Amino acid sequence: MTPEELIFAETHEWAHIAEQDGEKIATIGISANAVEALTDLVYMDLPAAGTAVTAGNSFGEVESVKATSELYSPMNGEIVEVNTSLPDNLEILNSDPYGEGWIIKVKVSGDTPENLMDYAAYQKQCDEAH
Amino acid sequence: MDSDKQLLKTPLHQWHIDHQGRMVEFAGWSMPVQYTSIIEEHQQTRNSIGMFDVSHMGRLYFSGTNVSEFLDGLTTRRVAGVECGKIRYSLMTNDSGGILDDVLVYHLPDLNGKPFHMMVVNASNRAKIVNWLNERKSGTDIQIDDRTETSAMIAVQGPLANEAVKKLSEVDPDSLPYYTGTTTRICGKEAILSRTGYTGEDGCEIMIPSEDAQLIWDEVFSLAAATQGGAAGLAARDTLRLEAGMPLYGHELNEATNPAQTDLKFAIQMKGREFVGRTSIAEARKDSDLWIRTGLELEGRRAAREDCKVFHGEQAVGVVTSGSYTPTLQKSISMAYIHPDHRELGTALSVDIRGKLHQATVVKVPFYQRSV
Repeated sequence: MTPEELIFAETHEWAHIAEQDGEKIATIGISANAVEALTDLVYMDLPAAGTAVTAGNSFGEVESVKATSELYSPMNGEIVEVNTSLPDNLEILNSDPYGEGWIIKVKVSGDTPENLMDYAAYQKQCDEAH
Repeated sequence: MDSDKQLLKTPLHQWHIDHQGRMVEFAGWSMPVQYTSIIEEHQQTRNSIGMFDVSHMGRLYFSGTNVSEFLDGLTTRRVAGVECGKIRYSLMTNDSGGILDDVLVYHLPDLNGKPFHMMVVNASNRAKIVNWLNERKSGTDIQIDDRTETSAMIAVQGPLANEAVKKLSEVDPDSLPYYTGTTTRICGKEAILSRTGYTGEDGCEIMIPSEDAQLIWDEVFSLAAATQGGAAGLAARDTLRLEAGMPLYGHELNEATNPAQTDLKFAIQMKGREFVGRTSIAEARKDSDLWIRTGLELEGRRAAREDCKVFHGEQAVGVVTSGSYTPTLQKSISMAYIHPDHRELGTALSVDIRGKLHQATVVKVPFYQRSV
């Protein structure tokens, strides 16, 4: 997946929405910018499939040598799949944050929140932060 | 980011920016927290050479009559009578025994062999300590010269550090016993050289006037780079000192902590001495409920951070002051203050990390010790 195909939250998560068996399924991960800013990732705490998520609320955490960061869901819905191999292979987040580095899949309920941005707008936010 | 706030800059500031240093505010200074990866910078210090710009640390020079007696009355460790060449880690306490700072007191010869005293204090405490000293020196002829902003301090740490500095210095750092120092010339420039550090590795620290900082940094850096060494930021400094079991002011030490709790017995000399805070330390030593600085090793990779509570069964018996997953040990370790009944080596405790209890074991500090 290329970042141009994704939508982004201010808190650096990305989502990709696809129709699957009549349901809207969002694949969710964190951006390359976030991975670069965190560096030295050592730990990731993920919820189980079946957990409900709320847009803007934490669904897990990622920890680097330096600090712990919350992972915020960009969508409302229910987790249908978790990338359980990721916590033991966190380097995937460096090599393929928009593909193999996906974190959870969510069965979306309701509309896509309006505060999500396209890649260009997200990049602009990151550039302005520097 | 720092445009609306005037941060102090070290003489090496531009170098850090030119070398991808991620600059952050630290105690009013713009400092590099890391250049590449914390783990890389940490490991290069353990395996080769890590170079740290520690110019933000306060450097206070003393002159006048009876300086050593004056400092002796304000530090937990003897200063008076300490021979020239020696450097002492010490605490400074207020009347109620609260720790104002942890400091290094230097008694060194200048280039002509004339002894002088200086002190290195934490950046975050510099103004406080300067005030504290000024308030107490009235009636004496003692002068305090704060050269923090006109000089630089470079820590060169790691198993190959002294070998590199030796090539540039008139005095071989290996010829200085641990925790001693002298004034010499490095790259032809007058410099204070000491066999000190904050990483648990061998190595040395160099203090020079600001104008000589870049030259000396560049020369040491090219030697370091030739052996897979390089610059390291504040983040690696923190994981290195944590593994080495060294306290950090603002975390393990603060004004609410009494030296009797710190497990730094070597830095507290009570016998035949009088100093500010002494009575409170003697009093605290009798308190069998006072939490003591202790090492914990956690199961898994999750790190306990400052303020995480420590439990023995249901009972709260301590609090974490620093913690990280650390690169050399590849373990999650913490320093914590723990009730004396629950800090025997091997004691099983649990740590509450954001609502989840994690198993922890009391282990010895330092967590890491280099092979000699």
